[in-house]
Amino acid sequence: MAQLISAADAAAMIKPGTRLAIGGFLAVGAPESIIDAIVASKTADLHMIVIASDWENRGVGKLVVAKLIKSAQVSHLGTNKEIQAQMNAKQIDIELVPQGTLMERVRAAGAGLGGILSPTGVGTVVEEGKQIINLSGIDYILEPAIEVDVAIIKAWKADKMGNLIFRKTARNSNPIMAMAGKITIAEVDEIVEIGELDPELIACPGVFVNYLVKSAEVTHG
Amino acid sequence: MDKRQMIGSRIAREFKDGDYVNLGIGLPTMAVDYIPEGVHVVFQSENGMLGVGPSPAEGKEDPDMINAGGGFITALKGACFFDSALSFAIIRGGHIDATVLGALQVDQQGNLANWMIPGKMVPGMGGAMDLVTGARKVIVAMEHCDKRGNPKILKECNLPLTAKGKVSLIITDMAVIEVTDGGLVLREVAVGTTVEDVLKATEAELIVPEQVGTYGM
Repeated sequence: MAQLISAADAAAMIKPGTRLAIGGFLAVGAPESIIDAIVASKTADLHMIVIASDWENRGVGKLVVAKLIKSAQVSHLGTNKEIQAQMNAKQIDIELVPQGTLMERVRAAGAGLGGILSPTGVGTVVEEGKQIINLSGIDYILEPAIEVDVAIIKAWKADKMGNLIFRKTARNSNPIMAMAGKITIAEVDEIVEIGELDPELIACPGVFVNYLVKSAEVTHG
Repeated sequence: MDKRQMIGSRIAREFKDGDYVNLGIGLPTMAVDYIPEGVHVVFQSENGMLGVGPSPAEGKEDPDMINAGGGFITALKGACFFDSALSFAIIRGGHIDATVLGALQVDQQGNLANWMIPGKMVPGMGGAMDLVTGARKVIVAMEHCDKRGNPKILKECNLPLTAKGKVSLIITDMAVIEVTDGGLVLREVAVGTTVEDVLKATEAELIVPEQVGTYGM
């Protein structure tokens, strides 16, 4: 069973130094209520693992503006001037990771793998300092798993087991981040009784989900 | 036809019926308007969708339906949604027939630089490195020269690379250039452009075959 908690309770599980994975792509499918609660808690020195740094006023951009992020593994910063300014001022330490590699490194952590071999980034700065492994004549970069302490994700509906379904392109990184969290907290628009979700449509099994938070605001029609 | 339309219409001719295609944001999306009749192309969005349809009418936007650039989209019949790891398995695993991306620089080894200018602009690579590594055909679509008129097709890229030796075709407002093992081959020039114009606007060495086609009619 997944336990229903408040967004503030969720934020209280996040401590300085927490390796925090956050679902969403350009703030679509981002757990906005939990993000707002973290901003309110002022817990700083966080390590953020996310696809993109979103906008200053939407998604994880709000954590950056509140200066709560000490370091991040992220694939795209282009929509958020604040994170680029903090990076240039050396206030935030950024590892840029190709998006597909980022997803597989997080998935590896959730799947009990030490890392993955990816051809992405061979011959670029991405390979610097990493081991190259040649298999059947092809060079791959050995990319270590990205360990996650707490994952906060967003889904459309949950049942009380924590099984989740998603809506359209708001699924994105959410089921992957959910796998990797030692603690995974899912913010959802709606919580239904056990048995009400079609088992064939569940895209994130409840085994990955420890806590549920009800969204403060449902944004879709 | 303006420059962007000319590039867009020429990109569209590279697609075959049944292709799965990923279009980068900006200029590459111009191709959507020029897919020939009878050619059905399935467009992927890296954030987790196949079967991307046109932009919604005003007032019909769904906040959960965006493309990789954050723009609102619709789903065509037969569309499907999936998570980001699966989306990049499709991309990296060689299941995308063609990807079209913009570039800051391309060189005669087929190297591409399009994700950062050190000290100036560091937006990050997003999905570009995976796309260029995994797609079966990598098409660069861009203006032939930068805003100051400097060539973008170089002997060797000097910006950080997105991928090494992965570009197959370059489509600009002046020319269509194929990347081959022997070097860059000028295949077509735009209407109103001469081979001489293209050579002048290109730093890389270009092989000019006897037959050079035209496009942009």
